[in-house]
Formats: sequence, structure tokens, C-alpha cells
Amino acid sequence: MSEENLLQVEDVSKIYGYGFLGRVKFPAVDHVTLSMENKPKIFTIAGESGCGKTTLARMMLGMVKPTAGTILYRGKNVHNLKSRDRTWFLREVQAIFQDPFDTFNPLKRVDTYLYETASNLLKLKNDEEIRGKIEEALRFTGLSLEEIAGKYPNEFSGGQIQRISIARALLPKPRLIVADEPVSMVDASIRINILNMFKALLTKTETSFIYITHDLATAYYISDEIAIMYRGMIVEIGPAEKVLLKRHHPYTQALVKSLPEPGKKEEWKTRINAPGMEIKEFLSPGCKYADICPHKTERCVKEKPPLFEAGDVKVACWLYE
Amino acid sequence: MSKLKYGRRIISNLMDIYKTSFKFRFGFTVIFLMCILGFILPLFSPVNPRAWYSVPKEQPPSSRYLLGTTTMGRDVFWELCSSIGKSLTIAVITAMIASHVGLLIGLLAGIRGGLLDRFLMFLTDTFIIIPGFILLVVVVTVMKNFITIPLMGAIISIVSWPWPARQVRSMVLSLRERTFVYTARLSGMNTSKILIFELMPHLLGWHLVNFANTILFSIGTEGSLAIFGLSLLSDNTLGVMLYWAINYYALYRGLWWWISAPIATLVLIFISFYLVSIGLSEYLHRMVR
Amino acid sequence: MDVVLKADDLSGGYLLVRKGSSEKNEVYVDAVSDVSLQLERNEIFGIAGESGCGKSTLLKMIYGLLEPPLILRGGSVTFITVDGEIPITSLSENDLRRRVWWKKISYIPQSSMNVLNPTVRIRDHFIEMFTFHARMMKNEAYAEARKYIDQMGLPRDVLSAFPHQLSGGMRQRVVIALSLLLNPNIVLADEPTSALDVISQKVVLTMLEEAQKELKNTLVIVSHDLGIHGVMTHRMGIMYAGKIVEIGKTEEIFEDPLHPYSEALIKSLPKLGDKKQRTGLGGHPPDLKKPPSGCRFHPRCPYAMPICSRTPPKMKMIKPGRYVACWKNSMEE
Repeated sequence: MSEENLLQVEDVSKIYGYGFLGRVKFPAVDHVTLSMENKPKIFTIAGESGCGKTTLARMMLGMVKPTAGTILYRGKNVHNLKSRDRTWFLREVQAIFQDPFDTFNPLKRVDTYLYETASNLLKLKNDEEIRGKIEEALRFTGLSLEEIAGKYPNEFSGGQIQRISIARALLPKPRLIVADEPVSMVDASIRINILNMFKALLTKTETSFIYITHDLATAYYISDEIAIMYRGMIVEIGPAEKVLLKRHHPYTQALVKSLPEPGKKEEWKTRINAPGMEIKEFLSPGCKYADICPHKTERCVKEKPPLFEAGDVKVACWLYE
Repeated sequence: MSKLKYGRRIISNLMDIYKTSFKFRFGFTVIFLMCILGFILPLFSPVNPRAWYSVPKEQPPSSRYLLGTTTMGRDVFWELCSSIGKSLTIAVITAMIASHVGLLIGLLAGIRGGLLDRFLMFLTDTFIIIPGFILLVVVVTVMKNFITIPLMGAIISIVSWPWPARQVRSMVLSLRERTFVYTARLSGMNTSKILIFELMPHLLGWHLVNFANTILFSIGTEGSLAIFGLSLLSDNTLGVMLYWAINYYALYRGLWWWISAPIATLVLIFISFYLVSIGLSEYLHRMVR
Repeated sequence: MDVVLKADDLSGGYLLVRKGSSEKNEVYVDAVSDVSLQLERNEIFGIAGESGCGKSTLLKMIYGLLEPPLILRGGSVTFITVDGEIPITSLSENDLRRRVWWKKISYIPQSSMNVLNPTVRIRDHFIEMFTFHARMMKNEAYAEARKYIDQMGLPRDVLSAFPHQLSGGMRQRVVIALSLLLNPNIVLADEPTSALDVISQKVVLTMLEEAQKELKNTLVIVSHDLGIHGVMTHRMGIMYAGKIVEIGKTEEIFEDPLHPYSEALIKSLPKLGDKKQRTGLGGHPPDLKKPPSGCRFHPRCPYAMPICSRTPPKMKMIKPGRYVACWKNSMEE
């Protein structure tokens, strides 16, 4: 297999069963295909809660098995790794999570995770070497081992824990970091610092990111490429500038119009249909946005649109056939 | 690094509970006294508590015979002490077996899932459905001639392991999805490390409470079986004392000391273990907040 | 200025009692410290700030919801009606329930499930509100509820549903409808949309805004999201570590933030279409059990001067309606 793409997500779906005996099938992720080149880049997956982005992230990390489709990292199937490849994979791909106060076990001291990562993934035995690497990683995020040694998660602020979490992820010097809503539970004034850290990592250590968020403003700030998800499907995908400024798909338009921005009051007030009771939208055979789309047609309700090309972006909408 | 610190932390937590919870202190003290009565005092017993007619029979409590004597010529006080020890031994054996077997099965089922989980839960549910007491009656009746104190403890554990197994499994299922477990995996920790260092700390508190509750359950069950004569009648347990007292119509014949001693002791033991268990769970709830 | 509510030197916080060994350890979290502000009739006032700044506590104190461990340490809250003044902070909970809550001032807590009873249908929530507070008969109440739901643009079948059957956005709209039912003078909303997605958020906020325009009441929105303040509020107050640091017209604060904290907050907001590098604040919010001396922001302030660590700055009026509590601003007079 050629190593041309860093990450190749091939027609991946994740179906959960619910209801009596789990017979009603509910696709959290529905036939998603995307790829990341083997070049340092920040790729954003954006969408509201429930759109499947977190499930997709967990599948990329090999923690949840897809019901259909494959995920290849540098040519190797993430869910079929031989045991010696597993350590290799953990060195190459790391993650940062949303809730700072659940990222680390509240009953354990935070530095234990740093030591574990260093000894398990870097195969270092020498105490001094380990401490050196940890200190290096912490310093990059603006902290020091002295500051955090021996403390429990509840002794830190959300922003500090996210930084420790980033330091832990940086220890094996990964090529790809999957960041699942890393700043949504962090104070607004600290958010920018963490995002700037991602940008710095991109240039200094050539680390790629998959940035998962519901906040389009932060997505615009750091992304190179972006994919917009709605109810398990990708509705629009392409370079961030083009997708967020040109806005082809009706859902992208609705999302951007709903962003409350000081100074954009009039634009914000335009009427938009809100999503209703959610489960039935996941189960429709046609376009999942059809229910509330202002451009809805018969075809939209019956047939699911594939991704069409519209300039530099791809849009899953019959309007762009 | 961690195992010694682990143990030390548990001990310091326990000392903390002792200091802050009146309920725990009270219960713990009574249990401690019971242990002295049950294990230390019998070593100094002037009579063999199992021998009949070693003292004048049916004497009311006096300065000589603190709690009186029974129809079979036994000193109620010394019989009581020895019974306490035996009952507690049975109860602790039950708790040791049942709560740990339950814990192990719950952990395995919860963390592995799949076929192992389904098989273990099938086993567990089977035992839950079979009426426990009736099962015990059958087993004890069959093994009546071979029963010893430890064996009694083991038999009762047959019906007390399924519940903790189910509980632990559901706790593990929800703990498994917590973010820090993902962080642990990304840090290269393998499944057994995650079990011991990530999940167990969240389960230990519950496990202790369950241990205390199982002791309670065991004492009660042994008592209930004994009243039907389904216990080791050749030895002394609180239940057996009750059996003899009832069978010799102690209450009707005015030998109130013979029947009230074991009853009062049973009630006291119950209350104290219950208080210990409540004290523990209250502390755990406060810690979680 | 037609003042409908004023808070004077309001102070309060959480008294945490830890039972350790034999002595009882008491720790006081200074959540709201010497806050003075005035709410006008017919306006939307925003209270902005980050986690732990005390904005939710302030709202509860304004409402009079002093549930232990929350206690009042000093100051007062006065509600001014056409019939006179009502001292919120000195009334008992019973009095508040009878005279003020839901009727004159209503409160929308952060989670809709804190208001809705999960075992009661939505229509019964409305009916209870009408029969208890407006002394209506049950069938009258039901007709009113139906009319109300239609007016709010909510589908009729919402009435027969249980709360958990509705989506988060729907529930929030129901709670807002309930809070506006008896036409209160003041509506206090604590992060009304924090758990909602962007589109539902817009629908809910639009509903609140249209209701305010029609009923001409006073709406107070507490939110950490400055974007919401930018599109909704007329005036706003910015809080940091229990203190109000700046008050003024929302537009003016965004254009020219005077307090260094407001400046940092507003400058660090990423905007769609603007890729310019931004910087945030260093450090982290202080521990309110032992707040910093002097100005509570001084450890993180890029303009900190010696006086800032010694004396807390007082709120100064820069021009009518614009207030800042900062030594840098007082010096530049």
C-alpha cells in the first residue's frame, strides 16, 4: 500500500442499535470518506453535537470499531494492527479530549500519566531521561514539572489541564494529533493561547491536527481544510477559506448565519428553521437536512446526494449536480 | 512505586472516616468489642462452651453466671462469646469469597465484553433467579454431616456472589467510557494496568461497603438456617444458640436470659455493621462531590 | 433613567463546612464582592465573564435565591415598582414565593431540567402556573396555555409531551414561555443557551428578544459567550473574580474596551473571515477562597502598577452610563 496519505477514511459507517433488542438501527456515522495528505496540516471536522464527529474521531484513534469501511493510517489498517504495530501507532497518533476534568482520573495524580507515556511509548528506563523529556514537553506548553508534580486534577484550572494533556500527547512526538473539542470547555481568554499552540506545533514540529469542533470561528482561525458534518454525513468539504467564506451547502449557510458575532446583528436575525426532534432525522433515506432545508425538493427527501464538485470544494447537495 | 502508596492511601482514608463519621466510629467500636468477646475471651473460658451439663442448669443471671445458664447446663455468657466468634468467622469467610468472586467476575465481564461477558452474565443470572434460601436449605440438608464452620461460610457465599458481580459489571461498563480510560490507553497502559490503577480506585469504596453488607447478610442467613436446625448444631453459632433456646421453649419457661442474649447480640452486630457500611458510603459520596 | 432594580454593594458567597477530626473547618468562597449596578426598564442587560467569575451567583442573589451554602454577606438588592420598593434581600423565601417569583421577577436557570418536572406533562406545567399564580380554573388555564403555545410558534403536540421527549432547544423554549407567562417586570436568564447547538441557540435567543420588545420588560442575560452579548444586549457588565470591572453600552465596550480584562477578552475573540494572529491572557483565574490583594486582576494584567496590588480600585464613572474599576483608567482623567 502506498504511503501517500497520512490518513485515509474509506466509506466508514458506525451503526448503533437501539430500541427493543436493538433492532432499530441508528447510523451515528454514515458513509464518510475523507483523506489527509502526508503534509503538516490542520484538518477540521465541524458540526453540532450529535453529528457524529466524536464517534468518527474515536474510530480514527482505533478505539471504536467501524461497522463498515476502513481507516488506514500511513497505509496500515487502524483496527487490524499487529501487536508490535500498536506501540508504533500510539507513538504516531495521539489525542486531546474535551473535558479537562475527565481527561485525567480524578483519583490519580496528573503526572502519573506523563510518566506512563514516557516509559511505555518512549521505552525509557532511566528516571532522569524520563524527567527530562517530560520537562521538555511541559515547557513547550508553558508549564514546568515542578508546578504540576504530585497534584490532582482538581487542583488545576481547565486551561492548565488542557496544557498538561497536550504535553502528554507531545511526549512521543506524534505525527498526528486528534483534538476533540479541545477548547470548548476552556475559558474564552485562554482558548486563543491553546489554538496558537496548535499553530506553533504545526510549523515547529510539523505535527498535523484533526481539530474537531462546533465553533466555526475557531475553526476558521486555525484550519487549512474543513469538513462540515450533519447527522453522520459530510455535507461539505474543502479548503477552510473557501468552505467558510463561500458557503455552498444550505447547512453551512445556516450555521454561519447563526454565529452570533458582535457587529453582525442584522445578518444574525434572519429566520432559519431549527432542527426538531432528532432521532427521525438520522433514519431518513434521503438527504438528512431535507426536513428543514429551504431548498427542499421531492428528490432530496427520497435520494441521498453524493458529493459534487463546486469549484475547490465538494458539496453533498442536489443543487450542485 | 504505586502499590505501597496505594495501600497507605487506603489506610489514611479509613482513618479519616473514623475521625469524621460518628456512625462509623460507633459501629466500628462495637465490632471491635465483639471481636474481643468472640475471639480473645473464649481463650480464657473456664468451661468448655460445647460441653453439656458443665454448670448447674437454668440458673438466672447472677454474679457467678453473668448471663445465667441454659437447660443443657451451659454458661450462657461463655456460650455467647464463643458463638459470636464462630458467627463472625462464618460471615467473614462468606464475605471474602463472595465479594471477591463477584468483583472478579464483574470486572472480567465488564472490561472484556463479548462472549465472555454473555457467558458470565448467563451464569450470574441463573444464580440470581434460583431462590437463594431454598438452594441453601437443599445444600445444607445434603451436606449436614460434613458441615464445618468454614464450609458453612463457603456455602452461604454461593448465593451472595451474583449480586456484586452484576453491580461491579455495570460500574465497569460506565467507567470504561470515561475519558481518562482513553487517556490511559493512549499512554500505552495495557488492560490489566487500567483495571488496577484506573478502575479499581473507583470501585474500592463500593467493594468495602459490599463486604460489610455481605457480612450482615451472612450472619442473618446463618441465623435463619439455624432456626430450622440447618446449621452445625454440634458447634456454637448465634443461630444455633437461638435454635436450642427455641427448641427448649426458653421463653415460655421463663428462661428469658437464654433467648434474649443471642437476639440482643444479633441486633447489636447488625446495627454496627450497618452503621459502618453507611458511614463508608456517606464518606464516598462526599468524596465524589 | 428609569431604574427597575438596583444592587448596592452586594456581597455574597459560599460557606463550605468541612467536617474534619473534631474541629469544623469553614471556608468562604468570595463569589460576589461589593457589586453595585442598576437595571433599567425596557432593556436587555448582559452580564459577561468566564467560569468562576460569580455571574451565576450574582443572578441568584438578585433573584433572592439564597440556598445554603450560598449566603448574603453584605449589601442589598431593591426592586422598584410603581407601588414602591421591595427589598429582595430582606424578604423571606415564603414572601418571595408569594409576591415576587414568577410574577414580578422570573428566573431561568442554566439547565431546563431544573425547572421542568420530568413526571409531569408540559401542559400541566402551564396549568399549574396559571391556577397557582393567576388563580384560574383548570379549563381556563388549558385554553390559555394552548393560546400561548401558538403565539410562541411552538407546535401544539408539545403540550401533551413529557419533558424528556423534547429536544434541548424545545425544552428551553418551553421554560422561557413559562417564565414569561405572568408578564414579569424582570426576566433573569442564566446561560439560557449553553447546552444548545448554534441554530437552536439562535431560535431561543430570538424568541427572548422578540418577547422583550413586545412586553417591554427588563431581560438580564448571563453568558460567557461574548458573541451573544454582541447581538442581543443593549448594555452589559463584565465580571472578573467576583467583581464588576466595567459597565456600559455593549456597542461602546466592544469598540473601545477600557478595562484591561475586557480588552483581553474582546481582542482574543476569533472572527470568521479574520485570520490575524491573536493573543489571549496568561495565567489563570484566582482562587476565590483566597483572592489576590488589591485589584483581583493584577496578577494577570499587562498594565499592572504598584498600586494595583495594594488597593482595590473603585468603580468610576468615565462618562454617563460608562463605568470602569481600574487604576489605569482613573489616572487618565
